[in-house]
Amino acid sequence: MRNMMPKSALVLALLAASVTSTLAAGSEEEFKAAYAAADAANKEAGKLRNQWTTTANTLAAAKKAADAGEFDKATASAKEAEALAKASIFQATSEKTRWKDMEIR
Amino acid sequence: MKLRSAIYLASATLALAALTLASALPSGAADKVDPVADAKAFQKFFTDKFPKVKFEDFVNGPYSMNEDLYRQWQEKEQFPPYEFALDMGKEMFAKPFKNGKTYADCFANGGIGVRQNYPYFDEKEGKVITLELALNRCREANGEQPYSYVRDEMAALTAYMAFTSRGKLMDIKIPNDPRALEAYEKGKEYFYTRRGQLNFSCATCHVQSPGERIRAEILAPAIGIVNAMPIYRSEWSGMGTTSRRFTTCNSQIRAVPLSPQDDEYRNVEYYLSYVSNGLPISGPGARP
Repeated sequence: MRNMMPKSALVLALLAASVTSTLAAGSEEEFKAAYAAADAANKEAGKLRNQWTTTANTLAAAKKAADAGEFDKATASAKEAEALAKASIFQATSEKTRWKDMEIR
Repeated sequence: MKLRSAIYLASATLALAALTLASALPSGAADKVDPVADAKAFQKFFTDKFPKVKFEDFVNGPYSMNEDLYRQWQEKEQFPPYEFALDMGKEMFAKPFKNGKTYADCFANGGIGVRQNYPYFDEKEGKVITLELALNRCREANGEQPYSYVRDEMAALTAYMAFTSRGKLMDIKIPNDPRALEAYEKGKEYFYTRRGQLNFSCATCHVQSPGERIRAEILAPAIGIVNAMPIYRSEWSGMGTTSRRFTTCNSQIRAVPLSPQDDEYRNVEYYLSYVSNGLPISGPGARP
C-alpha cells in the first residue's frame, strides 16, 4: 500500500498533465500562436518564391476551424501548415545548388 | 628559428592558396554559362533518347512519342480545334485600336512571321520580352487595356502570330550582355529546380519522363515544347497561352503559381526557346 501511493500519485500527476496539455491545445491562445508561426513560415517561403498550395489550403482550414470555435482542430491544422511551410523553405534552400544535379550536360 | 617559421608559414600559405585555386577552378569551369554547349547537349539528349523520332517532330509533343496518338492527331488536324481561335486572332490582329493603329505597327514585318524571334532579350530594359508581353505593351502603348495573360484573347492573338510563322525555325539570340546570360541561366535554374509539395521540377516530367504516362496523359519532351504554343487542350476545353501552361504546371505539382510574366516565367521561356533553336514553329498546337 505504501508502495502504491507514489504510483497513484504519479498516475494522477500524469493524468493531470495530460488534461492540462489537452486543454491548452484546445485554447484560442495556442491556436493563435500556432497560426502566427505557420503564417510567418509561409511568408518566408513566399520570399523564396516557393509557397505550396497545400500550405495555403491547410492555413485556410485552420482559420475555418477556429472561426467555428474548434480550436483543437484549428491548432492541429496550423501546426501542419507550419510543417508544410518549413518543408517548402527547406526545398527552396536545398534546391539552390541541387538543381544542377539534374541538368543535361 | 624565426626564418624557419617564416618559411613554413609561407609554404603553408602557398599550399593553401594552391588548394583553394585548384578547387575553385574546376567548379568555375563547370559553372561557366555556355548556352551553345547547353543547346547542343539538350538536343543530343532527346535525339539519343528517341532515335526514331525525326528532329522536327519533337515540336509535336506527345504525338511524337506515340504512334497511335500521332495518327489521331493527324486526323484531328483535318478540323483543328484551334481554328476558332485562329480566326478570332486574325480578326483581332487586323482590327485598328481606337487611335487607328494596329498590332502590326508594334512589330517587325508587321507582326507576320516573327514568332520564332520571341522571346528576345531587350538590352535597354535588361529583361526578357516574350510575345505575350510585347502584345500587351503594344496595347497599352496605344491606349488599350492589357489582356489577361491566361485568357482566350491572348491565346487567339498569339495563335494567329504563330500560324503566320509556321515552319520558320526558332531563332532565339543571346546578346553579348552579361544580363542576358544571367536571364538565360536563371531560366535554366527555374527549369531544373524542384518545387511544390510533389517535389517536381519542369525537368522531372519533360526531361526524365517524356513519352511516359502521368495519369491519362503522355508527357511531352521539353525540346520544342514552346514551338507549339499556344495550344488547344482538350483537358481545358479551350486554348491556353504559354503563361497558362506555366501557371497550371505549377499548380499541378502543388506549388503556388507566380504571376504570369513574372521574371521567372519570362526567363524559363527564354531558356526553353533557346535550347529549341533550329526546330520549326508549329503553333498553334492541339494537345489531349
